[in-house]
Amino acid sequence: MHYHLALVTPPQSEPLVPSWTEVIWGGIAFLIVFVVLWRVLLPRITKVLAERTDAIAGGIERADRAEKEAQRLAEQYRNQLETARHDAARMREESKEEGARIIAQMREQAQAEAARIMQTAQAQIAADRQQAVASLRAEVGTLAVELASKIVGESLADEARQSRVVDRFLAELEASEGEPSGARSSA
Amino acid sequence: MNHVVVAQAASGCDHVLHGCPYPSPSITDFYFSPLFTIGHFQFDKPMLLVLLSTLIVLGFFWAAFRKPQLVPRGIQNIGELGILFVRDQILRPQLGKKGDNWLPFLSALFFFIWINNIWGVIPILYFPATSRFEYPAILTAMVWVLYMGIGIWKQGPLGYLRTLSVPSGAPWWILPLLAPIDFLSNVFIRPFTLSVRLWANMLAGHVLLLVFALATWYLLTWSYELVFSAVSFVVLIGLTALELLIQLLQAFIFTILTAFYISGAYEPAH
Repeated sequence: MHYHLALVTPPQSEPLVPSWTEVIWGGIAFLIVFVVLWRVLLPRITKVLAERTDAIAGGIERADRAEKEAQRLAEQYRNQLETARHDAARMREESKEEGARIIAQMREQAQAEAARIMQTAQAQIAADRQQAVASLRAEVGTLAVELASKIVGESLADEARQSRVVDRFLAELEASEGEPSGARSSA
Repeated sequence: MNHVVVAQAASGCDHVLHGCPYPSPSITDFYFSPLFTIGHFQFDKPMLLVLLSTLIVLGFFWAAFRKPQLVPRGIQNIGELGILFVRDQILRPQLGKKGDNWLPFLSALFFFIWINNIWGVIPILYFPATSRFEYPAILTAMVWVLYMGIGIWKQGPLGYLRTLSVPSGAPWWILPLLAPIDFLSNVFIRPFTLSVRLWANMLAGHVLLLVFALATWYLLTWSYELVFSAVSFVVLIGLTALELLIQLLQAFIFTILTAFYISGAYEPAH
């Protein structure tokens, strides 16, 4: 090493005058770095970066699509639910109406039946009464005539007289029944 | 620092205690006797550092991007961080998305310059290769050829001459004055400033570090000078941090200006 001599007389004192060896050395060194990055390494990483962007963008897109689908399904379910609820309400309404109608009909039928039964009963009663009255009339006539003939001691066998007398008696009887009660109580 | 010390040691003089004078740093600190010589080819320390930078940049990106994974891990993350920094902070602002095929060139430029700068604070090596003018000069020459070539190719010789000489929006009557200045500025001063900015920053930074590193060592005595030594050391640490910043910044500036010049070659500035 002769560097201590160089301190006194520097090998070169013009810093802006290049040494061509170093210029070429530096140029080659840089070009090697550049070419390897350009041809080998950066294409690899830019490809991966692009793929990553794609993957992320694709993921977002997929998520978007899934969300839209989910929203669509939710909307559909909501619509179906709404329809079902509506149907149920309508059915309930209908059945209520139906029930009311059936009840009304039944009531009407029952009333008609009751009325009919009542009417039949009344007719029966009236008929029975009529029969009773007729039979009583005949019975009471016969009994009264028998009693009177026993009391009077003579036979009131004369058919015509007998019937006239009985009829008059019964008419009087009915007339006294038909009079106001005050008249009867005063008698 | 070490070569000065080595030089002094070789002459048997390494410290003020031995009556040696303080060896003030000078331009001679930027010249090295060759490590070995083959014929006319002399291999010196800056060339070794450039070689190491090349191997480090390539080695790093080889490790990071040899088999890149879709889901990055480890060193690939750091590599991507670096490449995306160049793309998003340097390339895209100047050239836009269509300039993405310039990414290899700008990445190579940025990392090559940065690593060559970083040697300025690495102990033992302690010399930024870019403080030798040859390296900024050859890089600038490439950039100049590129942007002049692209400009002539894309805009035609006359079109690019117009872009280089006529600033947009200038009134016609000032052009006789402005056009020569602009042409000179864009064609000759640009490459000069581009290379000298990087080189001078690194050179000045190295001299600064040398001043305080040498002061720390030469004032290290058992006397009141110990205080100066200690202060020098503290300043040295601070300046080292500053240098780290400047090394990154200069690589960034060189690359972003390159992107700007290339962008101007593609289409006239707006």
